[in-house]
Amino acid sequence: MELFKYTAHQLHEKLVSKEVSAVELTKNVLARVDAVENDVKSYITQTGDSALAQAEAVDAKIKQGQAISMLAGIPGALKDNICTQGIKTTCASKILAEFVPPYNATVVEKLMTADTVIIGKANMDEFAMGGSTENSGFFTTHNPWDLRAVPGGSSGGSAAAVAAGQAIWSLGSDTGGSIRQPAAYCGLVGMKPTYGRVSRYGLVAYASSLDQIGPITRDVTDCAHVLNIICGHDAKDSTSINTLVPDYTKALVNNVKGLKIGLPREYFVSGMDSEVERAINKAIEQLVALGAEYKEISMPHTEYALSAYYLLAPAEASTNLARYDGVSFGKRVEGNDIVDMYKKTRSEFFGAEVKRRIMLGTYALSAGYQDAYYLKALKVRTLVKQDFDKAFENVDVIITPTAPTTAFRIGEKANDPLAMYLQDVCTIPVNLAGVPAVSIPCGFAANMPIGLQIIAKPLAEETLIRTAYTFEQNNDYHKGFATLGEVK
Amino acid sequence: MRITCKDVANVALLSRLEFSESEIETFTGQMDAILQYAEVLNKLNVENVEPMAHVLPLKNVMRADEAKPSLPRELALSNAPEQEDGYFKVPKIMEG
Repeated sequence: MELFKYTAHQLHEKLVSKEVSAVELTKNVLARVDAVENDVKSYITQTGDSALAQAEAVDAKIKQGQAISMLAGIPGALKDNICTQGIKTTCASKILAEFVPPYNATVVEKLMTADTVIIGKANMDEFAMGGSTENSGFFTTHNPWDLRAVPGGSSGGSAAAVAAGQAIWSLGSDTGGSIRQPAAYCGLVGMKPTYGRVSRYGLVAYASSLDQIGPITRDVTDCAHVLNIICGHDAKDSTSINTLVPDYTKALVNNVKGLKIGLPREYFVSGMDSEVERAINKAIEQLVALGAEYKEISMPHTEYALSAYYLLAPAEASTNLARYDGVSFGKRVEGNDIVDMYKKTRSEFFGAEVKRRIMLGTYALSAGYQDAYYLKALKVRTLVKQDFDKAFENVDVIITPTAPTTAFRIGEKANDPLAMYLQDVCTIPVNLAGVPAVSIPCGFAANMPIGLQIIAKPLAEETLIRTAYTFEQNNDYHKGFATLGEVK
Repeated sequence: MRITCKDVANVALLSRLEFSESEIETFTGQMDAILQYAEVLNKLNVENVEPMAHVLPLKNVMRADEAKPSLPRELALSNAPEQEDGYFKVPKIMEG
């Protein structure tokens, strides 16, 4: 039985009804990992042994008649920038190749309390900088829908693992689209919650004012279940929002009557694939037929968001990554003196994109340039946020493509950083504004999945879920399973 | 050019990174292209706009000053490239 193809909520029913055991399920997923990992390469570290122990504990609870959480015994994957005590956490960087965190991220503590099973730590672009996993310091992950294509990034391993049946759900992190874009490229549901909704404690920092952890799942129902577990205030994260977390499954309502949708014309950029544009327009028509209202809106500062992001994120990264200096953790290369040791260590173990962003950020923050670049970008960030505030005075959700194209070929953009950055044009404004957004499957172009992005106002994840669920329940796009064996 | 090889070499020092001459040239070209793209921001008048470093209206998040368990020293040192007598060990930083 191909248990690895089911959703978490379907598998939960099978566990509770004792149709299958958690150990059987975990073994089924581990066998799938063995069968396809050579082709897909989702995982940096596999944790099969501890996964089986976690599954046994869940079976014991079920046997004793105890109630179990919705994710108990359901195998998942974690992006390798989420700290796991005693399990290597590399950020796909050679500088952290041997780093074993002495503590768990708060989300990991929450998942442990919910008795989830963790299959492994997923590949990513080094320090979450990139959109394809080609910047991983170790290897590139392949898209399960076409192994010649990238899975997206930076949470590419997290997305590929779920699409290939190597995990039922996963966590990623999203600084400029790093959950939503790989979810779109792999035909999955990926949500970036409101900034502050999920604790960042134990998430290795890239750009702290933009980073947020979120789920990648096979359908909207699973997304709601994972959110229920990972959201909430955390005293260990000073940017954590202290408001009650609703039961997100209550928002799984197949009804968009009266929902006001805004379609910002600035998001339909030149260079957008016509099939993508057609799929988005068709989705809007469908939602309108289901009772939603739609109007075109203008978000005039959209074109500036990408430039502002590529100054702000590197600026924050350049300071965050100063800690990799060969002193308290990570690798060290000996030098003539301490500065030489810093330089040799960082130069040998950081990859090209990480160096590029550290350099760009250092430049944007350096004397003489800070006002021209960093300060100006912070002001533009205010204008981008105001665009969203104004839009949400008149609409409930904003709908855009998640990315201008479907997954591109491995190597296609590897030597042109700017072309790679342009893939993030639809997702980046959301991080600058701190609002929540979800990507859901909305069709295919040449057999590759297309992602639809839904954006809502801060803390309106329930509106995202209701809109996404209604669209999903009236379509079949989420039911297809990646055909990795056949397109090879 | 918005940025020269000399600028890039200086930024490399500030970033505690070192590059070969050909790498500096590659970086200079790439950074110039990215900074050129960033010049689009100059089209905007932002004189009266407040900068936003952070989206949340949070300031000075405090907690009660109570002692709580912290990371044991051995664990905190467990990833150190070099350690001695319970300290992180680094190359000599002062003369004499």
